[in-house]
Amino acid sequence: MSKFSDKGSKEPPKVSTASLPDIVFMLLFFFMVTTVLRDAELKVAVQLPFATELTKLEQKSLVHYLYVGKPTKKYQALYGTSPTLQLGDKISNINDIPIFIEKHKIKVNESQHGRITSSLRVDGNVTMGIVQDVKTKLRKSNQLRVNYSAKVKQQ
Amino acid sequence: MGKKSAKSRLSNEINAGSMADIAFLLLIFFLVTTTIDVDKGVLVKLPPWSDEEPDITKLNKRNVFSVLVNAQNQLLVRGEPTKVDDLKERTKEFIANPLKREDLSESPNKAIISLKNDRGTKYGTYLEVYNEVKAAYSELWDEECQRKYNQPYSDNLPLAIRKEIRSKFPLVISEAEPTNFGEE
Repeated sequence: MSKFSDKGSKEPPKVSTASLPDIVFMLLFFFMVTTVLRDAELKVAVQLPFATELTKLEQKSLVHYLYVGKPTKKYQALYGTSPTLQLGDKISNINDIPIFIEKHKIKVNESQHGRITSSLRVDGNVTMGIVQDVKTKLRKSNQLRVNYSAKVKQQ
Repeated sequence: MGKKSAKSRLSNEINAGSMADIAFLLLIFFLVTTTIDVDKGVLVKLPPWSDEEPDITKLNKRNVFSVLVNAQNQLLVRGEPTKVDDLKERTKEFIANPLKREDLSESPNKAIISLKNDRGTKYGTYLEVYNEVKAAYSELWDEECQRKYNQPYSDNLPLAIRKEIRSKFPLVISEAEPTNFGEE
């Protein structure tokens, strides 16, 4: 032992922090890759219902979102309190759905048009009336792959 | 500028000590904005639009499993009030019909689930019912898969096996146009 003991300083050696930036960068890249930035500000309050038979939505570029719920406090003066539909980042009418879908289709490669999914993010307390209207509109626009967004139910 | 000696310029090094701070700042930004919860939901294939309603009254009555939901979110399954919790078991019994009862489906591939709700039904209830029916089918698929291949049914199985099992218990849900008694 005494062979290796250094006679000079008694102070413990400092921990090198040179690799700290590397570690932090690694974490940073991880979060940058996994992050999904909200593309739309929610103007309606959506409290998703619970379900067990869930499918994961795979390719984000093939998914468009339709939100249905009551307008949030901020927008109640403008849009009232009854459940409404939000497409993209604005409150819309049911009749805007076909155009909304077409706009999304343009961005997608034609060979993948059949795999485009509509994600319906509907508040659990909304009545079926408006949901039914949305569904009928989707069927009429031949957009048949629909995903009812829900949260995992714990048993 | 000119005042600086050549010597000090040579020994100048960029201080990388603050690099970590900058990276931390970015890291915290992404930590805060990240939404880990992936988008999940019940995947449904809607039937193509046709002006005529599918007429389920033409079918043999024993093959139709009708589930009605009213505006008060109450269920009526084949004419009798039922709780959502019992729906899955009843659906399974109806589809598989293990005791070969006269009033349940002839065979699993003839069974049809017919859903009808009111415009005043809560969406949460509607999805719950839909979910229970889907759960009944996926349990049947699972049982069949266990029996035949000794493994649980999952999406990782070869397509041929999945197709075979699904064609034995095809998922047919017919949704009728809702009634309009209780919309707000």
